[in-house]
Amino acid sequence: MPETAFSDYKSTATRAPSLEPVKLEGGWDNSASLRPVWPDLAKRDADLTINGRVNGDPIGERIVVEGRLTDEAGRPVPGALIEIWQANAAGRYVHREEMHAAPLDPNFLGAGRCISAADGSYRFITIKPGSYPWGNHRNAWRPAHIHFSIFGAGLAQRLVTQMYFPGDPTLRYDPIFNATRDARIRNRLISRFSIEDTVPNWAHCLKFDICLAGAYGTPFEEGHDHG
Amino acid sequence: MADMRDFGEMDADDKGGVHDYSYEDTGAVDASPGLTPSQTVGPFFAYGLTPGPYGYAFPEIHKTDLAGADVAGERIEIIGHVFDRDGVRVHDAVIEIVQADASGTYVHAPRNDGFTGFGRCGTGAQGKDADTHFKFRTVKPGASQRGAAPFVTLIVTMRGLLNHMITRMYFPEDDLARDPVIAQVPETRRGTLVAKNAGPGRYRFDIRMQGPEETVFFDL
Ligand SMILES: [Fe+3]
Repeated sequence: MPETAFSDYKSTATRAPSLEPVKLEGGWDNSASLRPVWPDLAKRDADLTINGRVNGDPIGERIVVEGRLTDEAGRPVPGALIEIWQANAAGRYVHREEMHAAPLDPNFLGAGRCISAADGSYRFITIKPGSYPWGNHRNAWRPAHIHFSIFGAGLAQRLVTQMYFPGDPTLRYDPIFNATRDARIRNRLISRFSIEDTVPNWAHCLKFDICLAGAYGTPFEEGHDHG
Repeated sequence: MADMRDFGEMDADDKGGVHDYSYEDTGAVDASPGLTPSQTVGPFFAYGLTPGPYGYAFPEIHKTDLAGADVAGERIEIIGHVFDRDGVRVHDAVIEIVQADASGTYVHAPRNDGFTGFGRCGTGAQGKDADTHFKFRTVKPGASQRGAAPFVTLIVTMRGLLNHMITRMYFPEDDLARDPVIAQVPETRRGTLVAKNAGPGRYRFDIRMQGPEETVFFDL
């Protein structure tokens, strides 16, 4: 099995391809110039404490999640579409098929998006998500996490991942977090608490910098990280 | 929990245990610099990535119809299902398409005709008992390189995939023999990259994650 499967994460068994992807000589045609155009986004799209509001503030611990998008050479990646989604403070998703017996928050949707700035930076305001159980095995609990979808310049800069929180005691038991097998690579997914950027009397700040492959689809030594 | 079957995660026979991965001591090992690794999109992306068709209260910014009135070219419809190893239709996949316009030109800036060259569709918008297909309305792309056949790029991800997959859809009426990418695919597997005619202007492109007709995916 290629690295797309991880037996401890059971649904990979029927869904991860069994064959290695075909490695192309000569690249992907025009992927270098393939840069999708995104619509202008509302400012409130990046503030999850506001964009789901009905009649009050969402419940939970308000946090700032911010960081920078760079490529492997350290150059900023501007203009990338960053979309996030997450559970509420009680560990419950708005998604209709979610069954966890925890309360919905009428003032929290849990979805946000923004476009990275000229220096590659992005910033979300949200509520710290709770941990939730899933059916992979007995006492399977997802560590608190925020899902990220990123579309930068070209196909090589497409990334779907999850951000975790420092010091979470469930990280070591989670087969999804641990599906990234190398600990030094996996730990890039754990955000960092920043006292410097924490906003006084308002919100903790968590830093999550994201490193994308080169814009031109050139193979890099660590290209397998995405696999 | 009432029904976890829908997420494919619950295995009734397996009450077995929690695995402790601490041999790689999560807290004690520093992250090395480098690419941020991929993780699964999970089952609950719909209200974030495709809120519109699923009816969530978050404005939709992505299209399944790329062929606005001002866009030049032959109108086509692409419809398909995603199948898992057991031939079961996947109802929680996200399919994205990226393509050139009818003249073979890719979009890299906003255009007057509104063509973006990008579309996104979830396979569960009709609910779990419905058809679970993905469907796009667009224009047939032109060939973007000499000697290459026209194609649509598809980015495929879902719960149970650790990272997204990239494939291509070619058109059955085109001359594929000299396409430089097709040429690199084992002959027996090339058919998985070619759409089937499904009526005038209509193409069916099914994606099979495993099995004898497993779709060819590419490493860029
Ligand atoms: Fe999740």
